[in-house]
Amino acid sequence: MGLTGLDIFKQLPKTNCGDCGVPTCLAFAMKLAQKQASLDQCPHVTEDAKAALEGASAPPIKLVTIGDGERKLEIGNETVLFRHEETFHHPAGIAVLVEGSLGEEELAARVAAVGEASFERVGQTLQLDAVALQGEGDAFVKAAQVAAEKSAVPLILMNEDPTVMGKALEACGGKKPLICAATTENVEAMAALAKAHACPLVVKGSDLSSLAEVSEKAQAAGATDLVLDSGAREPSQVLANETAIRRAALRKRFRPFGFPTITFAQADDAQDELQQAASYLAKYAGIVVLRQMEPWELLALVTVRQNIYTDPQKPIQIEEGLYEIGSPNEKSPVLVTTNFSLTYFTVEGDVEASRVPAWAVVVDTEGTSVLTAWAAEKFTAEIIAEKVRAFDVASKVEHRKLILPGHVAVLSGKLEEELGQEWQVIVGPRESSGIPSFLRTSWPS
Amino acid sequence: MPFETPVEKWASAVNTVTIGATSAEGGTRASTVTVGGDTSLPFLQFEGKTPHRPVIAMEVLDVPPEEWPPPMAEAVGDVSDDPAAWARKAVDEFGADLISLRLVGAHPDQQDRSAEGCAQTVTSVLSAVNVPLIIWGCGQADKDNEIMPRCSEVAAGENCLLGTAAQDNYKTITAACMADGHKLLAEAPLDINIQKQVNILVSEMGLDLSRIIMYQATGGLGYGMEYAYSIMERTRLAALAADRMLSMPLLALVGSECWKAKEARSPEEVVPEWGAESERGVAWEATTATCFLHAGTHILVMWHPRAAALVRKTIDSLMSQEA
Repeated sequence: MGLTGLDIFKQLPKTNCGDCGVPTCLAFAMKLAQKQASLDQCPHVTEDAKAALEGASAPPIKLVTIGDGERKLEIGNETVLFRHEETFHHPAGIAVLVEGSLGEEELAARVAAVGEASFERVGQTLQLDAVALQGEGDAFVKAAQVAAEKSAVPLILMNEDPTVMGKALEACGGKKPLICAATTENVEAMAALAKAHACPLVVKGSDLSSLAEVSEKAQAAGATDLVLDSGAREPSQVLANETAIRRAALRKRFRPFGFPTITFAQADDAQDELQQAASYLAKYAGIVVLRQMEPWELLALVTVRQNIYTDPQKPIQIEEGLYEIGSPNEKSPVLVTTNFSLTYFTVEGDVEASRVPAWAVVVDTEGTSVLTAWAAEKFTAEIIAEKVRAFDVASKVEHRKLILPGHVAVLSGKLEEELGQEWQVIVGPRESSGIPSFLRTSWPS
Repeated sequence: MPFETPVEKWASAVNTVTIGATSAEGGTRASTVTVGGDTSLPFLQFEGKTPHRPVIAMEVLDVPPEEWPPPMAEAVGDVSDDPAAWARKAVDEFGADLISLRLVGAHPDQQDRSAEGCAQTVTSVLSAVNVPLIIWGCGQADKDNEIMPRCSEVAAGENCLLGTAAQDNYKTITAACMADGHKLLAEAPLDINIQKQVNILVSEMGLDLSRIIMYQATGGLGYGMEYAYSIMERTRLAALAADRMLSMPLLALVGSECWKAKEARSPEEVVPEWGAESERGVAWEATTATCFLHAGTHILVMWHPRAAALVRKTIDSLMSQEA
């Protein structure tokens, strides 16, 4: 989405003076476009040109930080409409709504639970990101104080009265909560609070036009870090608005919408709420606010987020090595597979399902699957044999049998050669799903 | 300032495909199912039309899985060893738009059921329900080439969806489809180029492109969901950009993929931190399906009736004209 060299060239003095260290203005412009030079290197560029170039090179969707410290939440700075075009960069925040009217103890417990929720998947720790505190008047201010003290994660303060919000911000003491929300009615006062406390601010519209208006007013009043709420709460309308906002920011560089968004899943039933939240995670939400927090609901949701935000260019990998599945012994089978997390975890699951404990020789194929790795010559007989020796498989088992994925059966002869006479290579099933019946029928227990 | 939503001008639409045939059309179905025809990215009402809502096919197996997770066993109940009764329950109680019958029992490692036995199962399911049928083989190429022509024959005129035609095994099933008036499920392993190749191969045999549904392999939530998601999203974009070889509607196998996951299967005693077992698998399946709806899936093959109900509700809300 950046400027081309020619776009930049038009703004330069075109004198070819060489003071920037590059012989011509055009060559300098090309370097700028590739981010190999900085505009400061040109002593002659006009202020107007500078402003134009800096404005145009700002990211189309601003990176917004909520909270401070270790669990601060960074959202935005997205560059594409579809993950396959590049990747989605900053995983959406998942927040849970907490009522400020709860008693202090209950409030503290609920806030703590949000911070503590944590799941391990594919070597990553998946957690929730914020507490969305909702309430009225003095009770809200008090609750904000308690929540700010007890919460491990940032707060979203939900109240539209600037006087109450001002007191709540004081009570939070500089922890940079997200102010929610500035509307047509209160935007000047809310933006002033955001500026004074250096906090991010939700701007909320009743439709996209009014959202654009509130966003512009908030920026004019000095609020710099915004989060957009189009006001929609029905899934079909949320989808339409989220899509419109992302497109306008990326394709039209529509400045009022150059920020991440916030969405609210609203259903009484946690299963229904989960479906809404999953929809919003897939289609562009920067933050999803839940009302409930059933463990199974959160597990599914953090996994959706992990999947959607996985970089398509960088598959999740596990470390190579000899892995134990179940509690294998010297008689257990030895399977060979790759270090693409999906391949390994599928094999692991299917071996577990077979109830036959096994060893897995996991070969580093740079995170590619069996067939891809084989085609790229990262999963050859030589490499596999070398790993079998390096991981000292022979010291773990009495037998000398190696089970090879069926898709690379073609390697079996060469692999036996490479491993030496005593080894026997057995061709396993092509698909991991065939492992349970394969192990149960072909492996003597 | 009034904001104008940026609208994409697409060159084309997804193909429209009908499965099933009523008596007027030479079959015995009470109604048919039509999918596709979309003229925008999924559910973007400001941009185009979704003339036919995505549909839910409930999966019926000729032989039930060996280790059925308790929530599934409970939902399907005592009909799991009777495909016809199971199908009837899926239509009457689970609200299936169509039945997806998978003949796993034909697999040599399973019960190695004969072509005749499989055909009888097809006949019994066809007479038990009056919704359209999807018929899958067992996944073993040679065996499928043995059973599918016979299954196709006994369902002739019913306009079923038969699967699957793959790059290295497509001739037998394509010929059967053409002979008996069915639609064809063309399969590729998460690879758009192979998918195009399969479509080209079957069309070169004379099967019209308008008779194809694509199945590009499915990864369940947490197990490659994002690959299937992006492949389907790219396919929809290709269809809208008028790529004739990628304009067919899409099918995803949601139930069988999701219920393999340990997140769906593990008993609550083993993983208390993951919450209620009765909800977890349902959530896993429904959430995967919801993501796929956004990627552009037209036919979701599902297992659990509650997951199907949740997804039906999601489809309702995404199709809703109220704004």
